[in-house]
Amino acid sequence: MKVLMFGWEFPPHITGGLGTACYGLAKGLTKHNVELIFVVPKAYGDEDQSVARIVNASEIPFVLTDEEHKEFWSKIKYMEIGSKIVPYVDPEVYAKTYEENKKTGESFTSKVFDKKYEFSGKYGPNLMEEISRYALIGSTLGIEEDFDIIHAHDWLTYPAGIAAKKASGKPLVVHIHATEFDRSGRNVNREVYDIEREGMQAADMVIAVSNLTRNTVIEHYGIPPEKVVTVHNAVDQSMMQDVMEVKKPFKEKLVTFLGRITQQKGPAYFIEAAYRILQKDKNVRFVMAGSGDMLNQMVEHVARLRISDKFHFTGFLKGKDISHVFALSDVFVMPSVSEPFGIVPLEAMRSSVPVVISKQSGVAEVLTHAIKVDFWDVEGMADAIYGLLHYEALNKVFRKYGKKEVENLKWEDAALKVKNVYQTVLSNYNNK
Amino acid sequence: MRSICFYFQVHQPNRLRTYRFFDIGEKHDYYDNYTNRMIMRRVADKSYLPMNALLMDLINEYGSAFKVSFSISGIAIEQMKQYAPDALESFKRLAETGNVEFLTETYAHSLASLKSRKEFEKQVKMQTELVEKTFGVKPVTFRNTELIYSDEIGAMVADMGFELMLTEGAKHVLGWRSPNYLYTNAINPKLKLLLKNFRLSDDIAFRFSEQGWSEWPLTTKKFVGWLNAIDKNDEVINLFMDYETFGEHQWKETGIFDFMRELPARVFADSDYTFNTPSELGKMLQPKGPIHVPYPISWADEERDLTAWLGNEFQDEAFDKLYQLEDKVNICNDESVKNDWLNLQTSDHFYYMCTKWFSDGEVHKYFNPYGSPYEAFINYMNVLSDFEIRVDNCAGESEVDAETLKEKTEELLEEVQKSAKKIIEKTKKTVKKTVDKNKDLSFDDIKDLSNTAVKKLLKEVDLQDLAVVLKDASEEVTEKIIPNLGKRAQKSLAEIEKELGKVKKTDIKKIKKDIEGKLKELFKK
Repeated sequence: MKVLMFGWEFPPHITGGLGTACYGLAKGLTKHNVELIFVVPKAYGDEDQSVARIVNASEIPFVLTDEEHKEFWSKIKYMEIGSKIVPYVDPEVYAKTYEENKKTGESFTSKVFDKKYEFSGKYGPNLMEEISRYALIGSTLGIEEDFDIIHAHDWLTYPAGIAAKKASGKPLVVHIHATEFDRSGRNVNREVYDIEREGMQAADMVIAVSNLTRNTVIEHYGIPPEKVVTVHNAVDQSMMQDVMEVKKPFKEKLVTFLGRITQQKGPAYFIEAAYRILQKDKNVRFVMAGSGDMLNQMVEHVARLRISDKFHFTGFLKGKDISHVFALSDVFVMPSVSEPFGIVPLEAMRSSVPVVISKQSGVAEVLTHAIKVDFWDVEGMADAIYGLLHYEALNKVFRKYGKKEVENLKWEDAALKVKNVYQTVLSNYNNK
Repeated sequence: MRSICFYFQVHQPNRLRTYRFFDIGEKHDYYDNYTNRMIMRRVADKSYLPMNALLMDLINEYGSAFKVSFSISGIAIEQMKQYAPDALESFKRLAETGNVEFLTETYAHSLASLKSRKEFEKQVKMQTELVEKTFGVKPVTFRNTELIYSDEIGAMVADMGFELMLTEGAKHVLGWRSPNYLYTNAINPKLKLLLKNFRLSDDIAFRFSEQGWSEWPLTTKKFVGWLNAIDKNDEVINLFMDYETFGEHQWKETGIFDFMRELPARVFADSDYTFNTPSELGKMLQPKGPIHVPYPISWADEERDLTAWLGNEFQDEAFDKLYQLEDKVNICNDESVKNDWLNLQTSDHFYYMCTKWFSDGEVHKYFNPYGSPYEAFINYMNVLSDFEIRVDNCAGESEVDAETLKEKTEELLEEVQKSAKKIIEKTKKTVKKTVDKNKDLSFDDIKDLSNTAVKKLLKEVDLQDLAVVLKDASEEVTEKIIPNLGKRAQKSLAEIEKELGKVKKTDIKKIKKDIEGKLKELFKK
């Protein structure tokens, strides 16, 4: 079986979870004898070619012959780029990219129909232009390459997937890692939503990373339930940060929040829980690691509750600093309002840190060794944290099972489910 | 002649409410009265009342030929009094027939037999009294929580004067032997044992409505056929089960009530079996010999061991922490503390913390108010933390008082001694200083004299001399002297100083010496 897969990034050049998930899945699929052509907008040459043939879209020449392409382009040409449409990207990275592009004065349109096009492969202000060009490449590859099925990851690549399907007549599977509702809450970007829905409608089968996301796809995008399959994400151990051993510089226990500080991640609920715990137990510190558009608001919230002496903000963390925070932590909390999957608690568990996660996260569906609370139930959240800090047996049990549980979430198993989806799609396709 | 012995277990725990950590030390109501009432009411309506009525019908029909036995935990009796007095009344009616034996157990349906002999005996005594008071007959047969049994537990029960106990006919204990005989305890042969026939019991209790079971549907004909197929030499078939089997675990719609209504007639028609109570059998049958149970067994799960209640980290921490409070609770006189102490021992709380079913949680989700063992544990520990504070306070009032008083007194005494020592030291120093000063009063010491003393001195000193000596005096001394002169003297002094030209140092020295002499004269005693 041969799959033409469209992604937006591939390790080591990644800015977020999407690239990691694609890589894990690709590796898993090769174990099940699935051959992959993995297309990214921009390849750097140092990608792991053992799992897939990496195709650099920047190197694909494109000759405009088809009126349909022009029409397609005209549809999505003038979309404005807002910071929130970007999936899986930290605001720092986005802002940096954005500033750089502003300096170089890159223009918005026009180069899409050049014979060669240099993709940035990032999430810059030219994102929409890149998506469009990427779609054109998709159609070229659809004709030139030999494959059985097309698989597109998240909305950025759906136009490419659709174009490839149109050009080749081969079936399409789209993979939902996050929807516009997860990224933007109630302020949904209509254009992005439309691209997502078009992709799902054009697809022969839709894969969602959790039942939670599957429900969103069915309820908010009107996709028939029988067309949507849940395949939970897994964990690629090699992509995880190393576990560190650090001596804590203070005597208090540490409770950690790590993630973007945006509405969707529920930081305010964490603060409210912290406040309740500090009323009873002064021997605890809280840290909110990450950055985002609600950071200032959260700092004010903490100050208003007068717990700033025990509540700390670190700003955006990466790499070693993340491992360091986990090494210091006694409890990790993910109070997300909406989380398609949520990989961070798994990293915490790998460091033997017990986790409290919201029931509104996809990862809650696969974890047994986590305490699950509704994101709005700050009292339940506080109680769970307090219990973990005070009752030793909880730590013992987590240390015993938590790490093992994470290690058992294998991409190999997830890939087998994806392969089953391929097979279903192909048999339907061949029977037509 | 062979016997069928029915024993039904009736128990409902007092489930805990969601008790948050910020309630610790603040709120002391632990129970979810709403749920407890609701479940007791539901079980009474769906199971206890209709099944009691059915048994009453059978007794009326067959007289002394049909007999059963019950054990109702003390906590369930108390709950019925509160929430389902009609159910309790119907049990009393059954007791009045004389065809129903009531067994005794631990009042709190607790695991005390595994931890504290003293507490175990106390609870059995409580329960025995409660059963006698409620049903009018003193119970003589013992059954332990979840049929938990070991040689040592049996010996304890024998020491309490019981001659008969019920337990599980666990395969790993019996080996090739049949459960269908009377056995004895391995330590004290005075205690006889009736063992549950788990295959036939579970056919009714668990498999009755299981449509995937090859024997489904189970008819009385089939069941009596199995009874008849049992070796003719076997003496008793012990059918032990939860009473909620009827109408709650197995719904009415499964036909479980019809099955039970039909069973006695079928037994009498097609077999040579009779129905007997445990205590009758204890007297009737000859024991087959001792059975050895070095490690505790129970009637739970495939393993028939204790792992549903004890053994994982949650259960062990909670259990140990609870029983650490035993001694303190015993010297405590607060009724509500004593009541909570019993309720917190109920085995169900530990059952909710079981992690065995992380893989297949289905069987045990029944009646379990918690989403996971983690939640069960946290909630229990929150309650236990508050309970511990109350026990400490309560026990502390009597015992700790005397000790603290002694300690405090000693502390106080020490402090008094310390401060006394300090004062003495200080006084000594002052005295010494004064004495030292008086030894050789110098001219400069004028600055330390009181104003009265300075005035006294100045009366003795000629203004002319004063003017001379002030030429070379320190500022402090000058400031001490001038204000103590009368106004006229100050004026004169100023005039003299004006006229005074150069003064010889020797003169100053001489006058200073004179004044020092006067000082000694005036102030040294």
